[in-house]
Amino acid sequence: MTVESTAAARKPRRSSGTKRAGAKTTPQPKASEPQLVQLLTPEGERVKNDEYDGFVADITPESLRGLYRDMVLTRRFDAEATSLQRQGELGLWASLLGQEAAQIGSGRALRDEDYVFPTYREHGVAWCRGVDPTNLLGMFRGVNHGGWDPKTNNFHLYTIVIGSQTLHATGYAMGVAKDGADSAVIAYFGDGASSQGDVAESFTFSAVYNAPVVFFCQNNQWAISEPTEKQMRVPLYQRAQGFGFPGVRVDGNDVLACLAVTRAALERARSGEGPMLVEAFTYRMGAHTTSDDPTKYRADEEREAWEAKDPILRLRAYLERESAADEAFFAALEKESEALGRRVREAVRAMPDPDHMAIFEHVYADGHALVDEERAQFAAYEASFADSGSDAGSVEEDK
Amino acid sequence: MAVQKLPLAKAINESLRVALETDPKVLIMGEDVGKLGGVFRVTDGLQKDFGEDRVIDTPLAESGIVGTAIGLALRGYRPVVEIQFDGFVFPAYDQIVTQLAKMHARALGKIKMPVVIRIPYGGGIGAVEHHSESPEALFAHVAGLKIVSPSTSADGYWMMQQAIQSDDPIIFFEPKRRYWDKGEVDNEAIPGPLHKARVTQAGTDVTLAAYGPMVKVCLEAAAAAAEEGRSVEVLDLRSMSPIDFDTIQTSVEKTRRLVVVHEAPVFYGSGAEIAARITERSFYHLEAPVLRVGGFHAPYPPARLEEEYLPGLDRVLDAVDRSLAY
Ligand SMILES: Cc1ncc(C[n+]2csc(CCOP(=O)(O)OP(=O)(O)O)c2C)c(N)n1
Ligand SMILES: [Mg+2]
Repeated sequence: MTVESTAAARKPRRSSGTKRAGAKTTPQPKASEPQLVQLLTPEGERVKNDEYDGFVADITPESLRGLYRDMVLTRRFDAEATSLQRQGELGLWASLLGQEAAQIGSGRALRDEDYVFPTYREHGVAWCRGVDPTNLLGMFRGVNHGGWDPKTNNFHLYTIVIGSQTLHATGYAMGVAKDGADSAVIAYFGDGASSQGDVAESFTFSAVYNAPVVFFCQNNQWAISEPTEKQMRVPLYQRAQGFGFPGVRVDGNDVLACLAVTRAALERARSGEGPMLVEAFTYRMGAHTTSDDPTKYRADEEREAWEAKDPILRLRAYLERESAADEAFFAALEKESEALGRRVREAVRAMPDPDHMAIFEHVYADGHALVDEERAQFAAYEASFADSGSDAGSVEEDK
Repeated sequence: MAVQKLPLAKAINESLRVALETDPKVLIMGEDVGKLGGVFRVTDGLQKDFGEDRVIDTPLAESGIVGTAIGLALRGYRPVVEIQFDGFVFPAYDQIVTQLAKMHARALGKIKMPVVIRIPYGGGIGAVEHHSESPEALFAHVAGLKIVSPSTSADGYWMMQQAIQSDDPIIFFEPKRRYWDKGEVDNEAIPGPLHKARVTQAGTDVTLAAYGPMVKVCLEAAAAAAEEGRSVEVLDLRSMSPIDFDTIQTSVEKTRRLVVVHEAPVFYGSGAEIAARITERSFYHLEAPVLRVGGFHAPYPPARLEEEYLPGLDRVLDAVDRSLAY
């Protein structure tokens, strides 16, 4: 590097227009016009798609109503969590508002034996896996770091460190392949996460080992305050090609398209054809989390434009157009939705604070002398307050 | 401005502003530092006033942030990078440890690495996982890095100026639960040396040595102890690498007792280093072993347990009692 730069001392510093003598003209990477798989228009009209129609050929009015119900209940749960945060019952909430179709479509494409690696926003996928919604709230209330057993529903814990889980998914998929099992793995991540080295490495590993993993990116256009141009200069799905596997962009607000594309990708993985990248093009309708204030960095008009593409209204329009659901269905769902809200509210309020000694639990599988020592010391310390009749935790505030 | 009462976050913001104004080579880089002004608003308004070329919203990639900051420093810039939260510095750990810390030595001194890495750290804000950690010892163990942490607005302002002027890489740990605490900042004052400890409160019976978020807790403990007739000296160490052992030694040779307090786990923490060195330096002055108060050897717990996990007033007073009981 230094040798070259001294030799090139008199060369123009910038390569704008000027080419180094002898340098070959290299092809400039050029983004081809992005293609978007869509089966339902924002107005709820069904569009034909030769490649993907086959993957939703089995869909009946009943399964459409099921997808609709999933999305409505997920949104209801999400809204309840947001208001529980406002009431101080949760410390934080990361809303999935606007991303219901991406999550329900992909979530319903999975089979029981498939394994899911979520970020912290996949409440809709958790719903599809049968994780009780109230279980998701423990970490947001601050009583645990994830209150479910990942193995019960093949739904891994939420991962907050951006991008890490894509490597875990890849490794898990490598294991699936070694076992010769007939299942697939799906890794969720965001547009922002696509910048992380871990994500690039997961693409490399999965390609090299032909791992049965589907990378499902919800491109919701924002990583907190940063729009996608701060993360990428070609449409994300096109990146897959450079790693040696296919990528596809799907309308992330079209539940049918998300279902079809994810089914196709999972099928590919299961049949030994390796990884695939699905970019669900969607929008984060709310704040990044309840701690965020999006008025600092984005315009209302953008949100309004996406409102017209709402995933739930879209499917409802289709259901009505097809006479696949009647008033009684919508009314019953409304009731069910209210009941879910109530159940979640009550469950959260009843969630006890953890025992203080939980700090020392599960630090090691095989135990550790120092943990045992500190646990005993802390227990004795806490007990010393019990004698004086005051609670160790609240003394600080009393003073 | 002369003397102003500012919250710590705003004091650091003002300091960054001065640095951007006075040195065109100073750059701010990080996730969400631009329009949003950072999740704690420490860089609020800076992009608006200094432009996107100098206050740079980076891709979401910490290794990339620190790695490119190293490259920019090689090219003559003085990057001040923000890591959004303590728990997210680890993708950059490789760049910090294998490259940033060693570049000057590897180049036989011909290269300087004037990079400041700002990290909001510590608990007490009721956050989810990875947002409350105190990883300073993981960096202090690495030669080539300097580690500091202000506890007051004035220090936030001046230590940031000094860190940016330093030709060594500095990890600047900002006690996030103190961001909103106000203190006086005199921008015409003459600051003391960056790595010198301060006697924040003089006392005679026992010395409490702390830094960052725990200085306030120690001052409260000293006040509570005073009511019981005990005179506690409180040191604000300000720098964890290097550590101003002389100031600690002077204090300890007066009080004869030392308790080191930090949020970070006690096991292999900075308290261990201080205890060992002070025991060597002042063995015959000590009336009690050096005690440590800090985090447990366990992952930082969920928010509803952090009051138990974090060393509070009572845990500090308990250690003071134990020290005095020898
Ligand atoms: C390694 C790491 N760096 C920074 C953060 C802080 N952070 C949390 S979410 C987020 C943005 C993520 O954006 P994206 O991947 O698009 O997902 P989205 O939140 O939009 O679902 C950032 C920077 C983090 N959690 N982990
Ligand atoms: Mg995003």
